[in-house]
Amino acid sequence: MTDRLPGFSTLAVHAGAQPDPTTGARATPIYQTTSFVFNDADHAASLFGLQAFGNIYTRIGNPTNAVLEERVAALEGGTAALAVASGHAAQVIVLQQLMRPGDEVLAARKLYGGSINQFTHAFKAFGWNVAWADPDDVASFERAVTPHTKAIFIESIANPAGSITDIEAIAAVARKAGVPLIVDNTLASPYLIKPIDHGADIVVHSLTKFLGGHGNSLGGVIVDAGTFDWSKDNKYPMLSEPRPEYHGIRIQETFGNFAFAIACRVLGLRDLGPALSPFNAFMILTGIETLPLRMQKHCDNAKAVAEFLSSHPAVSAVNYAGLPDDRYHQLQRKYSPKGAGAVFTFSLKGGYDAGVNLVSNLKLFSHLANVGDTRSLVIHPASTTHSQLDDEAKVRSGAGPDVVRLSIGIEDKEDLIADLDQALRA
Amino acid sequence: MNHDAYDDNYIRSILNNVKSIAMVGASPVNVRPSYFAFKYLAQRGYDMIPVNPGHVGKELMGKPFVASLADIGRPIDMVDIFRNSSHIMPVVDEALKLSPPPKVIWMQLGARDDAAAEKAEAAGLKVVMNRCPKIEYGRLSSEISWMGVNSRTLSSKRAPVPTQGMRLSLNRSSFGGGQTAASDRAAKNKTETT
Ligand SMILES: Cc1ncc(COP(=O)(O)O)c(C=O)c1O
Repeated sequence: MTDRLPGFSTLAVHAGAQPDPTTGARATPIYQTTSFVFNDADHAASLFGLQAFGNIYTRIGNPTNAVLEERVAALEGGTAALAVASGHAAQVIVLQQLMRPGDEVLAARKLYGGSINQFTHAFKAFGWNVAWADPDDVASFERAVTPHTKAIFIESIANPAGSITDIEAIAAVARKAGVPLIVDNTLASPYLIKPIDHGADIVVHSLTKFLGGHGNSLGGVIVDAGTFDWSKDNKYPMLSEPRPEYHGIRIQETFGNFAFAIACRVLGLRDLGPALSPFNAFMILTGIETLPLRMQKHCDNAKAVAEFLSSHPAVSAVNYAGLPDDRYHQLQRKYSPKGAGAVFTFSLKGGYDAGVNLVSNLKLFSHLANVGDTRSLVIHPASTTHSQLDDEAKVRSGAGPDVVRLSIGIEDKEDLIADLDQALRA
Repeated sequence: MNHDAYDDNYIRSILNNVKSIAMVGASPVNVRPSYFAFKYLAQRGYDMIPVNPGHVGKELMGKPFVASLADIGRPIDMVDIFRNSSHIMPVVDEALKLSPPPKVIWMQLGARDDAAAEKAEAAGLKVVMNRCPKIEYGRLSSEISWMGVNSRTLSSKRAPVPTQGMRLSLNRSSFGGGQTAASDRAAKNKTETT
């Protein structure tokens, strides 16, 4: 009964879900409960001791969340996953398994601004150091590896400018350094890019964006590729050493190729606590069922809008990897052939004032700080998310005064183009 | 037989057909993986026999430890070996001396001895290496999905509510066979470099 390999759309609808054993409900029920009764004292002890499969308390696991976890693991081609409250929660839980005070994470300089903040400031308080490298210059990663490096962190398609990362080249650096490669696949979604196929050991997502897809629920997920040997050289004691909180269990020895996902659950989520609400898991699961349809429409719309803007007289430059003369176009064709995603930036000849004007003149695009919604979104980073940086730092992070970021939705592309056209004229 | 990646049908037919399992290296210490697996398989209805010369005189879930396979004194279907790769061969040799010999040799997660596997297969036995029967049972029944594990199975059928001691159906439709392609590749690379 090893059947044909189901396609991506079939997995997006079915993976992880089955009719509810108790009621026969076909849609995944929202198990909105904090806790689950034990059969007896032995069952309780087995569950707490990680000896049996089952539910205890929603901070550690929940049946609705479990469907979401298996579904994302299946779509990414991983061995297991863990859903958490947000993309940022996923990032901190992943690094908590890998880092000790004094250790270093080597990160791509082009990341979502909130991640740059989290890595630079929040992690400093944990004694975790960050080294930055340029994703457009693989050698800069190689140069930045030190004996304290414990992980490499990149985005597959980088926020804000939609640049495409050479995942395989950076995976080779990680392999040589003996550290896992973590890929934030939020802006691509597994419909466009499956980082595990290119050498990622861990994939994280902000489910808040394209996977949930409707701008209504925060969520995050960690996917274990099952590829990294955590016991080598004792570099990752959370996984390889006996765990005192579980009477000496060694996580890798016990759980094999999904040990990392289990560590994130029983050492990370359990103790740090950012659990995903089952209601949010349900909303996100419903979103994922249409991911392939939405993502293709997002990409097709974004390409049409990028083409329109690149020939517009008020526009000085468009950064969209789907355009043939874009510097990331070759990488896009290799890694993301179905489309270049839906988040990109462009620059206005009129500079800062033109950016502010454009945003206030748009009628269909919403001015807000999110991406990956069904609705089209716009933000002028220099006057909002990046306003605290000086001008030089703004330019370096791709948020110069003349730059506008778009996240293209799934409306009719003609209406999006008309809205931009009237706003650029106004 | 390709031992880098197993077809689900292979694992499924073993777990559906064996009834008695001798676990060599079973531990009475309740944080050891062998204890977890022993207890789980016993609760799913397998006739489990703990084999460990260091614990003769003790019991595991009410089953008395025996010192060696030869001491079991009745036919067994499968030998599940919870020992390091370097200790596999003598156990396989011992298993092959049994009359009748077991039908299956299973080496635990992390354990692999290709020469021992070849010998057992030449004698007509089925061999599984570097897998955990508890994980595989949990995966094929999808019980393990409760922990966010990718079972690599799908079903549109309503399953019975699992209760204690119940055998679960392992007959969901499978895709790709057990592990993911990436994790299989990693395991193969590891075997080749060690
Ligand atoms: C690429 C990327 N990663 C991570 C995050 C953080 O996710 P969350 O807001 O769900 O914590 C975001 C949010 O904008 C993002 O765009």
